Amino acid sequence: MATIAKERAAVAAPPRRRRPEVSWSAWLWIAPALILVLVFFIYPLINTIILSFQNQDSTAFVGLKNYQRIFTDSNMIEVLKNNLLWLVLGTLLTVGLGLLVAVLVDRVKIERAVKSALFIPMAISFVAAGVIWRFVFDYNSSFGLLNAFVGLFNQPPQAWLINSPGNNIALIAVYVWMWTGFSMVILSAALKGIPDDIIEAAKIDGANRWMMFWRITIPMIAPTLGVVTITMVINILKIFDVVYVMTGGNFHTDVIGMEFYNQLFNFGNFGVASALAVILTLAILPVMYINVRRIRAQGR
Amino acid sequence: MSTTNPQQIADIAALDQGKSLAEKLGAIERPQTPAQRFVRGLTNSSITFIVVVIALLWSIPTFGLFVSSFRPVTLINTSGWWTGLLPPWHFTLENYQAVILQQGLGQAFLNSLIIAIPGTLFPMLIGAFAAYAFAWMKFPGRDWIFLGIVALLVIPNQIALVPILSLFTQIGLTGKYAAVWIVHTAFGLPFAVFLLRNFFSALPSDLMESAQIDGASAFRRFWNIIVPLSVPALASLAIFQFMWVWNDLLIALLFLGGNRDVAPMTLAVADLVGSYGEGYQLLTAAAFLSMTLPLVVFFSMQRYFIRGILAGSVKG
Repeated sequence: MATIAKERAAVAAPPRRRRPEVSWSAWLWIAPALILVLVFFIYPLINTIILSFQNQDSTAFVGLKNYQRIFTDSNMIEVLKNNLLWLVLGTLLTVGLGLLVAVLVDRVKIERAVKSALFIPMAISFVAAGVIWRFVFDYNSSFGLLNAFVGLFNQPPQAWLINSPGNNIALIAVYVWMWTGFSMVILSAALKGIPDDIIEAAKIDGANRWMMFWRITIPMIAPTLGVVTITMVINILKIFDVVYVMTGGNFHTDVIGMEFYNQLFNFGNFGVASALAVILTLAILPVMYINVRRIRAQGR
Repeated sequence: MSTTNPQQIADIAALDQGKSLAEKLGAIERPQTPAQRFVRGLTNSSITFIVVVIALLWSIPTFGLFVSSFRPVTLINTSGWWTGLLPPWHFTLENYQAVILQQGLGQAFLNSLIIAIPGTLFPMLIGAFAAYAFAWMKFPGRDWIFLGIVALLVIPNQIALVPILSLFTQIGLTGKYAAVWIVHTAFGLPFAVFLLRNFFSALPSDLMESAQIDGASAFRRFWNIIVPLSVPALASLAIFQFMWVWNDLLIALLFLGGNRDVAPMTLAVADLVGSYGEGYQLLTAAAFLSMTLPLVVFFSMQRYFIRGILAGSVKG
């Protein structure tokens, strides 16, 4: 707290005067938010941790059995593997493509149109996105766009959403379609925020474009790149909607978020479902720590 | 899109070499030979080409749905939507008529509004109260509580669903609008507090101090100074929250139970998804209808939307 106060004083442009003494009425202002947070986040979190050590219908404690099952059962290991594939490929593609477009779009005249095209999917619900992508992945080549395209090269149609492991990549593609616009917009703003005099100085020093990209652009936008990556990692660890609307976790496309839902609502196994949720939260914890540190460092 | 592999991306990135930055400069013009100018013109047009291809790839899936929704049943089930672009055209509005008149999509649209408007306003109000206290009041543990709430942003919401569902069933809330309002308010709260607190605390302090000297109460200062000055932040939060609530399926599915009278658009569309085959033409129109309002909101308020994203993630 002390460091925050110090940083705040250092950051604020006109030095701020001391704020009024401790005001107890502040608790009234935060009370509604605090109550909701306690009921909807803290209580469920504690509840879930307890349930994760209990059996299917929460009638007896079973120790670590649920966790043991998750890390030994071959189906569960596949779920974890899929999540890992999502994490690597999804993050890489959304951030990479976002950066690529942000850099390229910076100098074309149709910048706004291109940005809108990439950004529109963010306004679409997962349900509608599921319908949209059915027209792309459909097996019938007189109907599914991708198979019609493949057909142009005299290739047989593919069951894109059924054949594993390619179907995982098809699902990731839908996610990338929905989220690349997000990273692109943020990275684009960061690119435009690089001060001109730095570029000028580098140019006078004789830096070529390649060097400038790696030595100036990337280091200058590194914090933003970090933020975008963290956001994507959190999003993808929790991924549920895309899988839910496209395959329901069938055909070897199951991920933690989806399996949690299935265990809970289809198999009624509260123990395993809760253990999955705890594992998910634990996986996110380091990211959360980085996030909190970043926010504290920003000071204000 | 799935044809774009990391190697290609690396290749395209290598083409690029940060030229945009160089172009920002403008001040330093090196003498160019015609050959250099030619190469430069070539790379510029090839970049435009790459960017346009990406933009088209991104738009095609949505465009396909749009075209499909205007095609008659017989064609939609037998030929690809792209064939419908060539004359003779057989576009029709009957899919839309069918979903609105027979499938009750009109009622679902209304339900979506009834859910989304309070579902947007409540978290904004409660979040703004808390953000005000976090930004302008002093109390023990203030910064830790704030960080704690922000940390909750990353917790998967699914965790809360079962305990809350059983709680709501006990007090008889499930199947009512109020249930979804409360859940959306709670889930939207961490982001609202985070975004608004950052914005509020950046407002000039002398305004607040002079108001205090004039004897304005904390609530007056909040309502007459903070809120009017924070319209951009409030607008971007409103757009985010609205889209999130409007597009939500899971919370509506669980907390409205089987009560179809109160079901929003997403649920209605999801119901149609079940009826593959004969219902397909209805599905296209319904899906597109469900997208209209978010798209209108998005296009009319794009500026605020983007500003909100930036405020939420790249501050300072």
